Amino acid sequence: MEKKIGKQTYQIANPPIITSTGTVVGPFEGLGPLAQDFDEVLTDLRNEQSTFEKAERSMLIKACRLALDHASFSSAEVDLFLSGDLLNQIISSTFSAVSLGVPFIGLYGACSTAAMGLGLGALILDGGFAGSVLTAASSHNSTAERQYRYPTEYGGQRRTYQQWTVTGAGAALLSYTGEGPRVTGVTFGKVFDMGCTDPLNMGAAMAPAAAETIFQHFQDTGWDPNSFDLIVTGDLGIVGLNLCRQELAERGLNLGDNFNDCGIMIYDLKKQDVHAGGSGCAASAVVVYGHLYRRLKKKEINRILLIGTGALHSPTSYMQGENIPCIAHAVRIEV
Amino acid sequence: MAKRKLTPAQRKYQNKVKKAEPKPKLLRNAFLAFLSGGLICTLGQGLIDFYSKVMNLPPEKAGDPAAATMILIGALLTGFGVFDEIAKYAGAGIAVPVTGFANSVVSSALEFREEGLIYGVSAKMFTLAGSVITFGVVTAFVVGLIHALFL
Repeated sequence: MEKKIGKQTYQIANPPIITSTGTVVGPFEGLGPLAQDFDEVLTDLRNEQSTFEKAERSMLIKACRLALDHASFSSAEVDLFLSGDLLNQIISSTFSAVSLGVPFIGLYGACSTAAMGLGLGALILDGGFAGSVLTAASSHNSTAERQYRYPTEYGGQRRTYQQWTVTGAGAALLSYTGEGPRVTGVTFGKVFDMGCTDPLNMGAAMAPAAAETIFQHFQDTGWDPNSFDLIVTGDLGIVGLNLCRQELAERGLNLGDNFNDCGIMIYDLKKQDVHAGGSGCAASAVVVYGHLYRRLKKKEINRILLIGTGALHSPTSYMQGENIPCIAHAVRIEV
Repeated sequence: MAKRKLTPAQRKYQNKVKKAEPKPKLLRNAFLAFLSGGLICTLGQGLIDFYSKVMNLPPEKAGDPAAATMILIGALLTGFGVFDEIAKYAGAGIAVPVTGFANSVVSSALEFREEGLIYGVSAKMFTLAGSVITFGVVTAFVVGLIHALFL
């Protein structure tokens, strides 16, 4: 059977099950509207660690352990660990892989990492190369601020269109055991450069890549927006989601109320002063593996399209005045 | 920074981005900056008066300990994690006076203390303030040269 359909989409012949998930978020995310859908909410940003980097890693390990525990799996039973984060040389993931002791492939897709890992994991299982794959992603507001922006105690005013990096980690165990929603299709996106240079406005930079991948997924599969209970980007924020909606409308695709964004869903935008919404690898990881996974399991929603979006710049590239290249991967999840 | 050449599609998209970005509340921000900046300068003036009248320093010398006290206040507020909360509202009002300079140095020093005293704290504490110092010294040199040669 031909598994690749259209230009960029893979139709999964034997869709793997998201057997279990694990999510950990920071205290600030615990004040948001989705708090009850996360497995664990930290009371301390440092999580009793000596550095924020170690705190991020501890969340990632915890999320992985929770996912394994929920499925009564031991780490020895996992064939492959796919994980990524935002830090240089993806240290949160690589250092976590030491403690998990599972064969590891590091991913970098900025905020698209969760979708990328889920999609890749599904292909590997469908290909028969593994029986179980653990995929995870993490980010921490303070580690991301340090690497990409300013010291955490620096007193500057944030831009109206700026997003807030989510502190958290999400993990999912893909296998053919248990019950749960399945990954049925994956569209890997191309990298686009639409001339954006402002690293504080990543939503706008990523919107065209998201629009392109959504359009391509519908082209390749013949699905239309109404076939989905939810089409969710992770994470464009308010500015990016509006731009993405515009871009799609120009191509004749009008998305309705079932189009939303993980970065918008995770915070109470009126009460929590995050401006355009959340961002970071953890935003889509915890919203999908925490909130949406629960809704899928209860069959409140039956078919979603997750579009993980990533801004692929580095602190060096934007300081040297280069544009921000962006990517988006789509993963179809069905009950 | 390199001059950018945009393709027509990129330029078209950039125009859309301009329209999509929510505008900052300029009037509110300017008012808060005016108010907080004014308050900080009043406090500074109060300190100058204190050092000259109560501590009996000559008026032209009272500015130095007053500035040092303001730096100490800025540094302490940063260390206690309050500065960034105030700056969220005060903006330029607290960033432009010497309190902002103190914040930029102390916040960097705190941020990198885990990387050690030499390569962390001492090397990186000037990552934000370094440009202020460089341009301050260069400007002082040029102005001093003009003063020495022509005045």
